[in-house]
Amino acid sequence: MARTARRLGIKVIAVYSEADAELPFVAEADEAVLIGPAQAAQSYLNADAILAAAARTGAEAIHPGYGFLAENASFAQRVIDAGLVWIGPSPDAIEQMGDKIRARNLMAGAGVPVAAGSAEPVSDAEDAIAEAERIGYPVMIKAAAGGGGIGMTVAADAERLRAGFETARSRAERFFGNPSILIERFIASARHVEVQILGLADGRVIALGERDCSAQRRHQKLAEETPSPGVSDKLRQRMMAAAIQAGEAVGYRGAGTVECLVDRQTGEFVFLEMNTRLQVEHPITEMVTGIDLVEQQLLIADGAGVSFDVGSVKPAGHALELRVYAEDSVRFLPSPGVISRWQEPAGAGVRVDAGYAAGNVVTPHYDPLLAKLIVSGVDREEALARTSAALADFVVTGPKTNLAFHAELLASREFATGDYDTSVVSRLRPLPGSSGDGRCA
Amino acid sequence: MTEIRAEMVANVWKVVAAEGDTVADGDTVVILESMKMEIPVLAEGAGTISRLAVAEGDVIQEGDLIAVIE
Repeated sequence: MARTARRLGIKVIAVYSEADAELPFVAEADEAVLIGPAQAAQSYLNADAILAAAARTGAEAIHPGYGFLAENASFAQRVIDAGLVWIGPSPDAIEQMGDKIRARNLMAGAGVPVAAGSAEPVSDAEDAIAEAERIGYPVMIKAAAGGGGIGMTVAADAERLRAGFETARSRAERFFGNPSILIERFIASARHVEVQILGLADGRVIALGERDCSAQRRHQKLAEETPSPGVSDKLRQRMMAAAIQAGEAVGYRGAGTVECLVDRQTGEFVFLEMNTRLQVEHPITEMVTGIDLVEQQLLIADGAGVSFDVGSVKPAGHALELRVYAEDSVRFLPSPGVISRWQEPAGAGVRVDAGYAAGNVVTPHYDPLLAKLIVSGVDREEALARTSAALADFVVTGPKTNLAFHAELLASREFATGDYDTSVVSRLRPLPGSSGDGRCA
Repeated sequence: MTEIRAEMVANVWKVVAAEGDTVADGDTVVILESMKMEIPVLAEGAGTISRLAVAEGDVIQEGDLIAVIE
């Protein structure tokens, strides 16, 4: 983000917590403001501190990135009320899509397919069971305000639903401050496919192809690719049309993602949720379209036209992204620590978006994402070969990483053939306590 | 006597058991949180918790003592 802004001649002011003072993004920014201690509630989630930093530095706009307050409607409203430009959709669009039950109902009303599920929050375990009997088991239990897979469980019968409901509700309360739960029909074998949309300054909504994010652990994405090996041209056209309808239904502006599940048995897709922000995996779309999505966000926020010809976007080639996490390759447990060595791969089609460098400390306070390895090729075969080669050249010592797991994933028959679903990772790593239901938010 | 030690740097999110509690093999003693993930720490073997070395909110380092089971 900072690099694109700079290229466009925009001065970049970063905010950071005490835990992140030594990280490259702080040094790279034109100016950086310390907004609080490591605890996110007092720094990255602290709207007052961020707005105060903006006022003090004379910032004109706020880009929320893709974590913390990026999908927080009241923060977006406060930014606007402070007379600043909010680089994102309207607070109203964020709010409408932020609640999964509301979003489901809105999408169904707009003609977008949704999974069979509750049209209202389920109030208690008995209510959940009644709802599940109507929908049919197995069902997915989800936090209405959720994200990141937190609180999601699959239940195959009433007993497991009762147990899962209580867990989901306490997590929803703790992580999202909202205990609302919804129940949806669980699709046994699905691909997680999302469509990138852009709401233009003139009100039009366009779709820029899809990303397959089926490779997940604990409902969180590990690897993504575009185009999806499991989506036909015909299905792609239908999904893009539905994603545009979804965006139009909320007057969407800026970059957003419409997440869907594609049922491998029926070949049909259903709306899952909309992410009203830029996604972590947006670079693969950039690789195949040649469009800098951050640049479009900035242009749209400024009320300007986009930098490319909307009528002639034609994705070419294939791109993959691997998320390099500070977690071990066997059990995927967090592994904070000091990075003693950091060596990034380079080469044709290789891009590394890294948040760390040698000497940095990976703290336990935030997400384990260290870097994104993004690789493109003329086709899937070339992209895969380049990714394997790049992976072999990526060296991180200190914290344990999942680099070794990625090599295994790429070499697995399922991933190599492209014929995989959201359980691909759990089949490679059958972990105690992790059901094979990889689904993500 | 078995000592339960931390496998990684983490925050102590919840202390589930108390000193003097009888625990069975696999019971949750405390729940740690690191990198947005909850990590339950389980009793390795049955016994009585003779010592609980952490409190909720503590930041613990790899190798730090969490509890002693006798």
